[in-house]
Order: sequence, then structure tokens, then C-alpha cells
Amino acid sequence: MKAPDPTSLLHPVAAGADLLPRHVVRSRLLGRPLAIWRADDGFINIWEDRCIHRGMRLSAGVNDGAELVCQYHGWRYSNRNANCTYIPAHPGEAPARTMRVPSFACAEKYGLVWSGSAPDAEPPTVPALEDSDVLVLRSLPVSAPAALVLDALAGYSFRPSAALGTDGAVEISTDAGSAYSIAVTATTVGGGKSSAVFFIQPAEAGRCVIRPVLSPAPAPEERLATLRHHANHLEALRRELEASSAAETAVRLPMATLEPRRGDGTDRPASGRRPQVRVRVTRKWLTAEGIAAFDLAPVAGELPSFQPGAHLDVHLPNGLVRQYSLTNGPGLTSVYRIGVKLEPDSRGGSRYLHESVREGDVLDISAPRNNFPLRRDAARTVLIAGGIGITPLLAMAQTLTRQGLTWELHYFVQSNNHIAFGEILAPLRTTGRWWRYRRGANHVAIGEMLAPLAGVTTYVGLSPDETGDELARITRRYRPMQHAYVCGPGPMIDTARSIAAEAGWPTESIHFEYFKNEAARDDNSAFDVTLARRNLTLRIEPGVSLLDGLRSAGVDLPSSCEQGACGTCIATILEGEPDHQDVYLKAPERAAGDRLLTCVSRARGGRLVLDL
Amino acid sequence: MGATAPQEPGPAILDLWHPVAILADLRTGETMRTRLLDRDVAVGLNGEGAPLAWLITGDAQDAGAAPGPLPAIAAYEFAWTSLGTPPAEIFAIPECDEPDRRNLATFSVGVHVSAPRAVENFLDLGHFPYVHAGILGQVPRTEVADYTVEVDPETNELWALDCEFFQPQAAAASTDGQVSQYTYRVPHPYCVMLYKSCPTDESRFDVIALFCQALSADRVLFHTFMSVIDEVSTDEQIRAFQTLVSAQDKPILENQTPRLLPLAVGAETSVRSDRASVAYRRWLADLGVRYGVIPAGLSDEGS
Repeated sequence: MKAPDPTSLLHPVAAGADLLPRHVVRSRLLGRPLAIWRADDGFINIWEDRCIHRGMRLSAGVNDGAELVCQYHGWRYSNRNANCTYIPAHPGEAPARTMRVPSFACAEKYGLVWSGSAPDAEPPTVPALEDSDVLVLRSLPVSAPAALVLDALAGYSFRPSAALGTDGAVEISTDAGSAYSIAVTATTVGGGKSSAVFFIQPAEAGRCVIRPVLSPAPAPEERLATLRHHANHLEALRRELEASSAAETAVRLPMATLEPRRGDGTDRPASGRRPQVRVRVTRKWLTAEGIAAFDLAPVAGELPSFQPGAHLDVHLPNGLVRQYSLTNGPGLTSVYRIGVKLEPDSRGGSRYLHESVREGDVLDISAPRNNFPLRRDAARTVLIAGGIGITPLLAMAQTLTRQGLTWELHYFVQSNNHIAFGEILAPLRTTGRWWRYRRGANHVAIGEMLAPLAGVTTYVGLSPDETGDELARITRRYRPMQHAYVCGPGPMIDTARSIAAEAGWPTESIHFEYFKNEAARDDNSAFDVTLARRNLTLRIEPGVSLLDGLRSAGVDLPSSCEQGACGTCIATILEGEPDHQDVYLKAPERAAGDRLLTCVSRARGGRLVLDL
Repeated sequence: MGATAPQEPGPAILDLWHPVAILADLRTGETMRTRLLDRDVAVGLNGEGAPLAWLITGDAQDAGAAPGPLPAIAAYEFAWTSLGTPPAEIFAIPECDEPDRRNLATFSVGVHVSAPRAVENFLDLGHFPYVHAGILGQVPRTEVADYTVEVDPETNELWALDCEFFQPQAAAASTDGQVSQYTYRVPHPYCVMLYKSCPTDESRFDVIALFCQALSADRVLFHTFMSVIDEVSTDEQIRAFQTLVSAQDKPILENQTPRLLPLAVGAETSVRSDRASVAYRRWLADLGVRYGVIPAGLSDEGS
């Protein structure tokens, strides 16, 4: 029988029981060193054992339950998609989505973890293991090729667990299951019967790991004796094998190598407004008054990576595109979790999501984009949310908690019923400080003040003036290495920015994200735009955005909100004065006049030269 | 994977001075046997206390140099030799001649890694908060500010200038955290030094150097040398500090794969803060170094 191509099969690489919480196991398959770890959500990651940055073994890294952290430079890699999520040397920047550790398929069966190159391969089915509980015995590395190991195992002899203390005759039968396994069954006259199935993990040329699985699992009182019995027999077999294998040095076949699985298709740079990912609504619930929450799971493969502060474009079946921030902390990688506030003047975006989208529906979304990045090197991080603006700040608070950094969240809501995502807020309460529960200066409910809760302060039903007073109190001390993140209604962000600026916070330490650009915009001007790299000049007519003008000339810029709020469609100005009209750029950036948002900005002097 | 033929050092490495012993460890009339570039070498002192080195016969390898005496010099507390035709003088470290400096060979340890991987680690600021936590860096102050890299057109040495990093305990004499200023200098493919703001005299710089003795392509003796202005610490305290730092780097270096430094662009993922490492790799390629590295164009798979 010709042996099948080993790369077309799945092979065992670890015992499931070896993958302890927060642990990383080293293995090797078909010459490829592997780092294997189980995340807190149960997902098993099988990755190349090598940091893409400077080659450090990831098996020496830290499994924090959601991410694997390299010991050398602290690069973090996400559960499931294996993307790099954070590079500490550049705390304010998101790693490119192409930065990913090569990863391999994974399956669990018979208490073993299986991997291989072939995308659709399944672990083998062995009849002897199908009918009862199994016990995975200790694995045994052997310096011999797989074929030799299987030959030797064909002569394996043992006693059933129930007959270990006796000396009755044992009948042995073998069943050569496949090119990489063999089943040996021992039967005694008294009726005791055990099967030992040996799976061979082809680690590298001339080296295998024997992974024995016993069925049925021995009774608790027979367990120790059984383990000892097989350990002795296998050790003897190994010694014999390595002696004969060393004599047959010619059997060192070159080995096929393990190929990593392909990416999730989002490696290409974002362009246009096209959706990149198809998701299914797996859960929809009302998380607060007027706020619906959605869990979006991938229809196929794994979700692209994200950073705290990121948002996605949701492409609705009615043609509208809307942006929603992810609430996900680093632990949640199986779904994107978003919150949608029903806007009273909805033009069909939030209303459609609230009223028409149901669990089981399929939606198209963009990969997450982050125009509101979180620095993770601050001495103190202040998060200020108004209403639905809580969503990106939840992602930030969870990230900072996981990395053990100091933060505080100030959450302004209309009423108790408007507090969203209580189930995310609850575990955040355990990290110190106080939860202060207020109703505004005029009617403080004494019994509700100062209930112990942590890092999170909720302000209920404050007037604009009272909100201003609280913001002044929150931002009154500025010290170096502090950063504030503000998200909520436009007027609240404006107030927070000006109050913090008065209190001495430098512009670069106040970060904000407007949900929309509420200012009236003027698109009545006409101007020329020259694209320096293309040596092309276009006329932008009144009523046409610069972005649309560029697109009609074939320049495919990525965009998202298309109202000057998110920063996705930014371009560099080489000459000319912009008429910004956006709410994304900070004052110094606006003054510098070297960048603009093509969706809303226009020219003041009738002409712009862009670096496109 | 498997055994591969040993790399040949080639003139880019053979014609250099290489450290082979700490001078203070040598005794007149005694010889010390060591290894350099896959060759067995003996080191000793002559009657005047100057170092001697010679290639030992009986080596299985056919040495490029004939068995017998090798050139030898004393510099920076080490004995140096060469298996080829070395320059008349070793690279200069003028600071060492200042009268109030303390020049010390601080620590030597064997590390199972190539010399270029060790040099690159020494050139790297980003690992301080992780590998030297609480000493040379501290989470979350992990940012590596932009710095400048240049090759000096006259000396062809590689420099990294204007480097800054927050450090909780920058040197043995430090009592408090500081933003340290660093300048790195690579005067030799296997030697690197840094000039670092001195905690006791702000106008001057401490010098810390790594001299790698390449035992083979993927094994080094990691020798450290310091020239510092420090009237407080004892020699033992200064050594203890450097010992601690080097001992933290050893397990990291021994867990890097491959052990040889890949020179191909894209063999490893670099970011802005890696510009010194990227420039060092290009500089090695331009010098024609092929020992301790995987030259561009060769796969680094399976090493």
C-alpha cells in the first residue's frame, strides 16, 4: 500500500488536556515548530512558533486568555485570527492587518488536538474508540520514521486494565488503521478487553511522537497501574526502535512541510466603500431604552482583527451605509458586538436595524477601521461617554483592564433606563475606585450615592450646565502622560474639549470621535484639483464632493462616514488652501492645512494640489 | 533542518580583529584554549605582558590560516586576534583614555546564537520594558521615539543618533527614573557600543560595549565592556548590574529562530522603531558579511 501524502491528512499535535488555561504548548508537525494555546473562550490556536517581528518563539510567550504576548517586544496577537493587535513601541498606532502569525487548522477528537495543511481534512475515525470513554496516555517522542514505528507497534502486547493483577492468557489482535495509526486490542478469557490505539505524529524527518489512546478508560482504582503498565512497555519499545532506526540511517526521507492556512481575504488595502466581510446576526437584544445590540458572527472563516476604538460600516439591504463602533474587548473575537441607537430623525439606517433586521439575517460589513485609536502608555486614561458614545469606550476600558493599566470611565446618560451594555460594565466594576450614582444637583437620591463600583462613574439626568461642571471636575488636574477620550453628542464633545483645554490639557492628549458632523456644510463652490502623482487635473462642480469627483476619475479612496467625521478618506495637500468643514481634524492639524477629508472639504482659492 | 556545512567566514570577517580573552584572565607562562570562527585558538601573554595568540594544529577543519602564531593586540581590557590580515589598529574608543574613567571588562557569557543576532539585540530599545523590566524600561512607557540612523562616510561605521527612552534604573549609580539619551555605534560587524547619558555627570556619556567572540556561526561568547564615570559604585556593583542585564538577554536570544540573522528584506516584519536593526542588516550585506547571517536570496526556512 502506498502511504498517502502526509499533508493531505490531519495529525495529532497535542493532548487536549495539555492545553491548560493560560498555557502555551510547544509541538512540531512535518518540520514546522508550533505554539498551541487555548483562549479563555475555548478556541484552540495552532500557530507557527515564531514571532513575525524578530523570530522569538511564541511558545515562550504569555497566553493572557485572549491574546498571546511575545516576550521580546510585547507584540500582542489575537485569539482566532492570529493578527497582531498591538505594537508597544508605537502605542498610538494600529498594526497593519497583514501582520499575522501563520496559523494552522485545528480539530479535537479522542482527547487529542489535530492539525494539518489540508483545509477540509478531518481526523480519522477509529472504530475501537467510538463506543466508550477514552484515556489519553502520555505521549512518547521517538527518533525513528513513522513506518518503522508502526511496524514495531504491530508487535505491541499488553494486558487489559481489568486483568492487570491476574495472569490469565491474553489474546492480542491488531488492526492497521491507516498509514499513521494502529489499533491493538487485548482480550482475556475472563472477559476483560482493552484497545490501545497509537496515533503517530510525524514531527519531522526521522522523528515522530507516539500518542496512545486507551479504550475503555480504566476504572479509577486501575488507573495508576494501567499508566505504569503502558509506560514500561512503550519505553522498552522506544529503546528497541531507536537502536534499530539508528542502524537504518538511510530511512531519513525528506519530509513534506506543513503549509499555513490562507488569510481571511482582508489583506488587501481598504478601498472605496465596498463591503469586505459577510456576517450573520446571531443575537439581537435591547440593551437600553432605544438602543439595540447586535452580535455579528462570520459566515465563513474568522473575523478580521480590530483595535479598541474601531468602527465598522454596516451595508444595509436598503442601500444605506452606517458606522457603528465595536464594543469588543480583546477577549471577544468570535463576534463583533455593536450598539445601535434609534435616531428619532432616522433616514432609514437605525430604524432599519431596529425594526427589520432579525437574528439569522446576513449583513455585509467592512473590516473594522480605527480612526479613534487608544494609546496604551498613559499614566492615567480618562474615558468620557455621552449616551451611545459609550460603545468605543467600552472596548477601550476592557483593553486597558486586560493590560493592567489605570483608567476611569465617566458615563453620562439621560436616565437609568439608558445605561447600555450593563453586562460589559459589570465586570469592569471590580478594579477599584467608586461608582457614584447621581441624579443631578437638585434631586440627589442619598441612598443611591457611593455604592461601591469601580473605575466607572455614571451621571444620570444632568442638565447641560451640570454636565459642564462635572466635566470641569473630571479634567481639573492635568499631569504629563494623561490622555482623555471623549465620545458622544457633538455639543458634549465640544464642551469637554474646551473645558479640558482651559484646564491645561494639550490638544494631543484629548482624543474624540464625533458620530456625525452636525454643522451645516457648504458645497456650492467649484474648484480645480490636481493629482500630483497622476499628473491629472479635475474640475469639481458645485454639489459634487471632492471624493465623488476623484472616484469618477478612477481614484479609489477608502471612505466610511462621508460626512467629515471619521477621517477615513483623508488626503495630503501639496498646494492650495483647504476649506475643511470636517469635525475630524484637531486644531493644529487644521491650522497646518496639509491634509483634508475629501468627503466634505473643498478649496478656498479655487485650486488644490493633492498627493494622490 | 539537519546538518548543514559550516559557513565560511570569508575576508569580511577573517580580516578583522576579534576578542578572544579578558586580559585579566591571562597569566604569563600559561595558555588558555578558546575557539574563534570554528577554529581552535590558544591565547597567552609574553614576558612583557602583551597578548599572544596562535592557531592550534590538529583541527579537523582546514583552517584558512596555517597553524602557528596569529597577530595579537591588547585593547579595552581584552586580547584580540585575527585569522586573516587585520588592520593596523582596532577601532578607537577615545573616551577610554579620559583620566577619570573606569574601564572594566564586565561580563562574559556563552550564548547559543549568532553574533549578528546579539548585536541587533544590543541595538534595540523596544525590548527594554519587557526583557529588562524595572531596570532599562517599564510598561507602559514603551514608546520608541523616532531617531536617526546613518553610516559615517569616512569610517563606514553605522550610527543611531538621538535615541531616547524612559528608564527606571538606567545604570548602577541611578536612584531614580530618567529619560536616557542614547547614541549607538557599530564599528565592527560583531561589536557594538552605546553612549548613554551619565547619571552622575549630565554633560558626559557612559560607554557600554558588546564585543562578540563568534565561536561558530551560531554560537558566541558575549563579552561586555564599560567605560564609566562613577565614583560611587564598586567594580563588583557595576559588574553585577551588567551581569543582570546580559543574563536577561540570554534566554531571549536563545529562543530566536533562526539563530542566524536573516538579511532578506521581508524575512522578518519590521516597524519604524526597528530602523537601526534594518540599517544594520543592510550594512552587513553591503560589507559582504556571510557568516552568522542568512544572506538575502537564501531561504531561512527550517533553520
